[in-house]
Amino acid sequence: MRRVRFGKYLAGRLLSWFMVIFIGITFMFFIPRFFPADPVEGMIAKILSMTSLPEDQVVYIRESLRMQYGLQGTLWQQYLGFLKGAVRLDFGPSLMNFPTDASSIVMRYLPYTVGLSLVTTVVAWTLGNLIGMLAGFRKNKKSSVVLEYIAIFIYPIPYFILALVVQILFCFVWRIFPLTATIVLNQGAARFWETLLRSSILPACTMVVVGFGWWVISMKAMSENTAEEEYVRFARLRGIREGKIATSYVFRNSIIPQVSGLSISLGGVFGGALMTEIIFQYPGVGQLVQKAITQADYNMIMATVSISIVSISTATLAADLIYPLIDPRIRFQ
Amino acid sequence: MKKVWKHAGARFRIGLVVTALLALSSVILTLAYTGTDISIYNSFRKNLPASWQHPLGTTALGQDTFWMLVFSLRNSLMIGVIVATIGTVVGVLYGLTAGFVGGAVDRVMMVVADTFIVIPSLPILILMTALMGGSMSVAPLALVLGIFAWAHPARHVRAICLSMRERDFIQTARFSGEGLFQIIVTEILPYLMTWALSNFMNAVLVAIGQESSLAVLGLSSAKLPSLGNMIQWARNRNAIMARQWLWVGSPIVTIIVLFVALFMLITGYNNFIAKKRGV
Repeated sequence: MRRVRFGKYLAGRLLSWFMVIFIGITFMFFIPRFFPADPVEGMIAKILSMTSLPEDQVVYIRESLRMQYGLQGTLWQQYLGFLKGAVRLDFGPSLMNFPTDASSIVMRYLPYTVGLSLVTTVVAWTLGNLIGMLAGFRKNKKSSVVLEYIAIFIYPIPYFILALVVQILFCFVWRIFPLTATIVLNQGAARFWETLLRSSILPACTMVVVGFGWWVISMKAMSENTAEEEYVRFARLRGIREGKIATSYVFRNSIIPQVSGLSISLGGVFGGALMTEIIFQYPGVGQLVQKAITQADYNMIMATVSISIVSISTATLAADLIYPLIDPRIRFQ
Repeated sequence: MKKVWKHAGARFRIGLVVTALLALSSVILTLAYTGTDISIYNSFRKNLPASWQHPLGTTALGQDTFWMLVFSLRNSLMIGVIVATIGTVVGVLYGLTAGFVGGAVDRVMMVVADTFIVIPSLPILILMTALMGGSMSVAPLALVLGIFAWAHPARHVRAICLSMRERDFIQTARFSGEGLFQIIVTEILPYLMTWALSNFMNAVLVAIGQESSLAVLGLSSAKLPSLGNMIQWARNRNAIMARQWLWVGSPIVTIIVLFVALFMLITGYNNFIAKKRGV
């Protein structure tokens, strides 16, 4: 019975993982084709604004660009070609770093973004749930009201706004940190980690502060409700210690929805990481996508967006697989 | 309205007053404005400090910072309201359809809605707006943001529908010969209204946040003064380096105040509804 239930759960999650990537990639194929803007003509206009070319060369460039963008053949052939490329993560060469493959450049930047998102999510989630749990369990203490108000004040602020405030305060007003992150790659591992850590502090703190507010608010509400359940009262009547009630009864039950909330939040965290990276000039996918936009590197934008979709949905899938570990109703066997 | 005010907590009241103040003052002030187009460069001397004539000084481009802020706030709110309207209307219709048709249609519709909920919106928004090279006008921009605004309400409305369908008063209405359409309009929509209002306010907040994020990437409507664009323009002209805090700081502070007030309004309102239902 249990095995069947987990199998069903896993199948559903795998299906949704596949659907998200498939619909996302399909979206990315059709959006450019239904938008009035033509990336090929845009590129040609950009080239012509820099140099003047004879007409036959323009025709030649147009043809080769159409080929690079996968715009030859019928719509259906183009779609199949695009899907085939997407499976191999092949989105053609980057135009700003020609002829390097766009997705291999994304792969160089991706670990920084994934690392930043992962570490800050874990810290924010743990910290937020602990604080929320305490605030909910002792709901009438003054400290828990203050904590909740701090969370309410910080949570609605978008990532990049807080990033700007942090940057202005710590890099301009107090000058504690350098303005742009520099990560030294070629002077050994120790120097690399040192510079990486130093440039990650401000982006990471920003993301933790924005991220943890929601966990405080939702965990407080959740544990407040759980603390009023009959079985908690019964446990108290049986003379079980308050500490044990807090951990084994209230925490154990209110953490379950927080884990499923974790997987839902990952997309937003990734978006937040992109924005934070851009403000702090942190060398992740956010900076890459900004460069690609300003230089109109269409293949690079496609590669970044596709790989972002794949990595977020994979991370979501991974978080969803933690869920059965703590929820006895859907248990591994 | 009076009853809500009387019974809702302090959080709701503060949120409502601040939000209404920001929204009404920006709308009234922009209607009352008679000067030249606020976007035009060199309308005034550059980098003036705050004075009676220019309450927040002027920008490095010779624009009045205060009026720039007023118009930006109004435009950001306008985008938020348009997107939230699209999202709420589409979401409610979609959810009602899925909830009442049921069966295979419902299942397919929910897979699509779930996909839209988990699909990362920012990268796709970046792709769409990047194709337009930041030259979108307000309406298409709002439509694009609306693509990700309907799925959450749709899922929620469907859940409400499913639980309502089995309620006694719906059954009574059905047996007394009311048609499905009439049941939806007279029995279910009023029930959905309180929830839709809270969702609407939340969608305004999300949409303004998304528009500002796109603006920081240089992908929002390039000529439209919005809170995000105002920050971006100031950053592009090195206002932070030059320590022109009024220019770059005023939209930042406005966004923070607006968002916190909206959020207090939303959570205060939700608490009030929950209390009213006796949850």
